[in-house]
Amino acid sequence: MDNQLYLSSSPHIHSGETTERIMRLVIYALLPAILLSLIFFGLPALSVLLICTLGCIGFEALACRLMKLPNSIKDGSGALTGILLALNLPASTPWWISLLGAAIAILIGKMIYGGLGYNPFNPALVARVVLLISFPVQMTRWTAPTPLTSGIDAVSAATPLGEMKTAVMLTGKLPEMATSGFLNYFSGNIAGCLGEVSALALLAGGLFLIYKKVISWHIPVSFIGSTLAISAIFWLIDPSKYPNPLFHLITGGLVLGAFFMATDMVTSPVTHKGMLIFGFGCGLLTILIRLFGGYPEGVSFAILLMNAATPLIDRYCRPKIYGQVEQQA
Amino acid sequence: MTLKTFAGGLHPPDSKHYTEEKAIERCPLPDELIIPAAQHIGAPAEICVVVGDQVKKGQPIATAKGFVSVPIHASTSGEVIAVEPRPHPMGRPLPAVVIKPDGEDQWDESLQGNDPGQLDAAELKNLICNAGIVGMGGATFPAHVKLSPPEGKNIDTLILNGVECEPFLTADHRMMLEESERIIDGVKILRKILGLETAIIGIEVNKPNAIEKLTAECAPHNIQVQALKVQYPQGAEKQLIDACTGRQVPSGGLPMDCGVVVQNVGTCAAISDAIRLGHPLVERVATVTGPGIIEPKNLLVAIGTPLQHLLDQCVGIDGEPAKIIMGGPMMGQTQLSLDVPAIRGTSGLLVFREEDLPRKNAGPCIRCGRCIGVCPIHLQPTTIAAYARLDRVDDAENYNALDCIECGCCTYICPATLPLVQSIRHIKGGIMAKRRNS
Amino acid sequence: MLSAILSLGGIGLVAATALGIAAKKFAVEIDPRELAIQDVLPGANCGACGYPGCSGFAKGVAAGKASPTLCTPGGSETLEGIAAALGIEVDAFEPQVALVTCQGDNQRASIKYRYLGLDDCNAAQKIADGPKVCPNGCLGLGSCERACPFDAIEMTSENLAIISREKCTGCEKCVAVCPRQVIEMVPLKATTHVLCNSHDKGALIRGYCQIGCIGCHICNKTVPGAYIIENFLARPNFEQLEDAEAAVEKCPTKCIRDFSSGYPEGSSFAPSRDSAA
Repeated sequence: MDNQLYLSSSPHIHSGETTERIMRLVIYALLPAILLSLIFFGLPALSVLLICTLGCIGFEALACRLMKLPNSIKDGSGALTGILLALNLPASTPWWISLLGAAIAILIGKMIYGGLGYNPFNPALVARVVLLISFPVQMTRWTAPTPLTSGIDAVSAATPLGEMKTAVMLTGKLPEMATSGFLNYFSGNIAGCLGEVSALALLAGGLFLIYKKVISWHIPVSFIGSTLAISAIFWLIDPSKYPNPLFHLITGGLVLGAFFMATDMVTSPVTHKGMLIFGFGCGLLTILIRLFGGYPEGVSFAILLMNAATPLIDRYCRPKIYGQVEQQA
Repeated sequence: MTLKTFAGGLHPPDSKHYTEEKAIERCPLPDELIIPAAQHIGAPAEICVVVGDQVKKGQPIATAKGFVSVPIHASTSGEVIAVEPRPHPMGRPLPAVVIKPDGEDQWDESLQGNDPGQLDAAELKNLICNAGIVGMGGATFPAHVKLSPPEGKNIDTLILNGVECEPFLTADHRMMLEESERIIDGVKILRKILGLETAIIGIEVNKPNAIEKLTAECAPHNIQVQALKVQYPQGAEKQLIDACTGRQVPSGGLPMDCGVVVQNVGTCAAISDAIRLGHPLVERVATVTGPGIIEPKNLLVAIGTPLQHLLDQCVGIDGEPAKIIMGGPMMGQTQLSLDVPAIRGTSGLLVFREEDLPRKNAGPCIRCGRCIGVCPIHLQPTTIAAYARLDRVDDAENYNALDCIECGCCTYICPATLPLVQSIRHIKGGIMAKRRNS
Repeated sequence: MLSAILSLGGIGLVAATALGIAAKKFAVEIDPRELAIQDVLPGANCGACGYPGCSGFAKGVAAGKASPTLCTPGGSETLEGIAAALGIEVDAFEPQVALVTCQGDNQRASIKYRYLGLDDCNAAQKIADGPKVCPNGCLGLGSCERACPFDAIEMTSENLAIISREKCTGCEKCVAVCPRQVIEMVPLKATTHVLCNSHDKGALIRGYCQIGCIGCHICNKTVPGAYIIENFLARPNFEQLEDAEAAVEKCPTKCIRDFSSGYPEGSSFAPSRDSAA
C-alpha cells in the first residue's frame, strides 16, 4: 500500500486568490459600461458583444486543442478579451469584422505566443488596431447614441475627437463643441465605440477594481494624470487650437484604456515604479497622437507602444531590496 | 501606541483560535523516545552512549562537534534500547538514540544550578552551549554562536522575538502568558552576556493579553515591550529588526552585522533554566493543532516524543490526515509519517485533512505583480522563478535570489498557484553549487 | 523621372562603395579551417562539448584548444569531417547513447508520499529524497525531457522517461540533469540492457518495485560472462556482447530488455513513436 500523505514545499496554505477570480472581477467592473452601451446603442451593440465574446472563447478553445495545451477558457481571460474588444468597436461593426477581430485577438494577439501570460501586446488592442487599419470605413462609421426607447434608426455621427481633428485640420481652430458644452458627454451622450460612451460608468468600474485590489492605482492615475497635465500645457499655450484637458479626459477611450486596457497585467510592468513610468508614457503618446497624429484617437496606439516598452521598463525598475543600501555603503 | 512594522508581507488568517486559550499541558512520556543527533543547524552531535546504557534525565547522550554545534541530552531517565538511523523530520532516517523511559523521570544529580550574578559572560555562554540551547523559533541555530560576535562587531541591541507570526501556532504566546518570569530572567542573563542595559520584546497586537502582562512585568527591569502590526512575516529575524529598530541587515549578512542579536522568547526561558537550575534543553512547548484535530492543545513535550503520541494526546483527528506539517503552515516541513519525533525546533505539529488543503492547479504567471508587492525582501519572485525554470543561474543570482528568506508570501498570494518558493529554493541550490565550484 | 533614377542610382553607388571599403578595411580574420569545421558540425548548439555553440567549438578546435572528439552528437561522421578539415588522423569513434536504466513507472514502483509542487525532478528530490521508495529509480517529472536539445526523450503516460535510440546523440545533457543518476551512457552497438538502477537487496526491491533487478545471477548463469553483477545489480558486459539477449527470457523480474528492434516489444509503457520505429 502506497503512502497517501502529501509532501510539498512550504507554504501549505494559500490565499485562495485565483486567475479566474481576477478575470471575473474585471468583467463585473465592466458591467455598468456594457449595460449603458446596450441602452444607448441597442441591439447592434448586443450582437457585437456576443460575437466578440463567444468568438474569443471559441477561438481559444480551438487554439488550445490545436496546440495540445490544456483548455484554458475556464480562466476567463478569453471572455474578457472578447468583451474588451467589443467595447473598442463601433456598434455598427458588421458581424464578420467582429468575428475577424476575435480571431486576430486570440490567435495572433495571444495564443501564438503560447497563451495567457506570454503575449507581449494587449490582445484586444492588437485586434482593434488591425481592424482600424484594415477597415477604416467600417471602423469609423459611428452611430449617434439612440436610446432603445426612441425607436428611430441609427444616425451616423462623428466622434468628438474625430470632429475636433477634422475641424482643426480644416480651419486650424477648435470646433465649438470642443470648447464648451462637452460635459454632457461624461454620462454617456457621445458617439463612439461601445466602451467610449460613458466615462462615468467606466470610472465606477475602475474604482471598484482598485477598491477590490485587483489593479493598483498606479497605471490609471499616472496615465490619466499625465494626459491631463500634458494637454493642460498645450491648452494654456493656445486655448483656441488645443482643447481643454477635461475634453481629453471624457472623450474617446481614455478612461477605458487607463483602467481596463493599460492595466492588463500580462502586458504592463510588474513593479509600482514601472507602472508609473508606463502610465506616463501612455499619457504622453496619447496626447501626441491626438493633437499631432493622423488618427483622431491615440489611446490604443499609445498603450500598444508602451506594451512594447514593458520588458525594458521592468528591466530598469527593479525594487530596492532589503539590506542593499548597507551593502553598498 | 504606534504600531511598528516592515514593508511588504501580508496577513493570512491567523487561525490561532484553536489553541490560544488553552493552557500549556505536560505531555505524558511515550513508550520510547527517539532522540536524533541532528537537531540544530551546524554539525550533528556525536552519539556517546551505547545500547544497554542507563541514562538519567539531562545526561548528555551526544557531544557537540565543532563550534557551531551543541550536545544532545536524554529527555528522561531510562535505558538506551537502540542507537540506529530512525525517521527524522528532515525526511530520511538519521542516527538517533532510542530511550525506553523507566517512568522515574529522574534528573541527573550532577546537574547544578548557578547564580548568574556570580558568573562572567564566557562562563554563562559555556553553560548555555553545554545545555544544548538552540533557537527555538524553529531555525535551531545554536544560541551561544549568536551570542559570540567576532572581534569588531559591536552589539548594541537585544531583541526578543515574541511575534509568532506563523498562523496556527500559539506556543510562544502561551509561554509569554504562563512563563513570563523565566523569560524575563533569561533576558537579563542575555543582557549580561552582551553587556547591554536594555532589551526590546516584539509582540504582534493579536496577543493583547501577552502585551499587557509583559509590559507590566518588564517595566521594572528596563525591558521595553514593542507592539507590532499583525503582518506576516513579522517574526522573521530581518523583518523584526527592521520593525523594531529601523535598521536593515546587510544583504548576505547576519543580524550582528547591524549590531543586533535576536532570540526567541522560548529560548530565553530555556536559558534561564540552563543557568539557574542547570537543566539542559530536554523539553519544549509545541502547539498541536489543525482544523480536524479533535482537541487541539499546547503541549510541553519531551524531546524525542513521536508525533503520533502528541496526536493521541489531542484525541486524534476527525478524518484521515493528508498532510503532516512540523512547524507552521507558511514555513513548516511536511513529514513522511507520524513516527517522526518532535525535536528542539518543533514549534508545532499541524495536521491537515484532504479537505483542508488548498486547491492546487498551477496555471501560467499572469504577471500580476502581487508576489512583488508582498515580498518582505522586495525581490521579484516571479522573475527569479522564471529564471529557475530555465536554469539560468547567473540571472537568478543577479536578481538577488540568495536574499530570499523563503517566507512563503509569494506562493501564498499567487493567483496562478505557482510554487514560487520552491522554484527559488531550487535555484538557490544551483547558485550555491556554482559558487562552490568556482 | 530621369533625375530620380540618377539620384537613387547615385546614392546606391556611393553607399555600395562605402560598404565595400568598410568590409575590406574592417574585415575580421577568420581561420579558414574554423569555417570548414563549422560546416561539418551538427549545428544544434547543444553545448555538449562545453563550448558556447558549434561556432565556439569550431573556433576552439581550429585554435588547437579543444579536442575534436568532444562533439559527441556529431558522431563518427563529424569526427572524420573535422579530421579532414584539420588534415589529421583520428581513432575510430565508438558512438554512445543515453539509456534510462529503470522501468519503475507509476504502475510498477511504490511511492513513499504524494508529491505536490514543481514539475522538476531535482526539486522533488529535495523533499524527503524524492517521492519514489526506490532510492535510484526514475522520478518521472521530466527534467531530462526538458534538458534534451534533440527532443529524444519522451515521458510515458505513467511517468517514466524513455530515450529514443535513433534520436539520441550522446550529448549527456540528461545524464547531468538527473538527480538520481538513472541515465547511463551505453555503446550504441549493445542492444541488451538491464533496466534497473537499484543496488538494494532483492527482498528490499521486491517490496517497492515489481520490475527491479534482484541480483539473482540467473542472467550470468544463462550466458556466462555476458553480465557483471555488483552489489545485487546486473550490468551487461559491454566487452562481451554475443548472445546476451538469451538472458532476456530467463530474467525472473523481466528487467533485462532487448533493444535490437527499437523499443522492446511487450513493454506496456513504450511510447508509440518508438515502438512504431
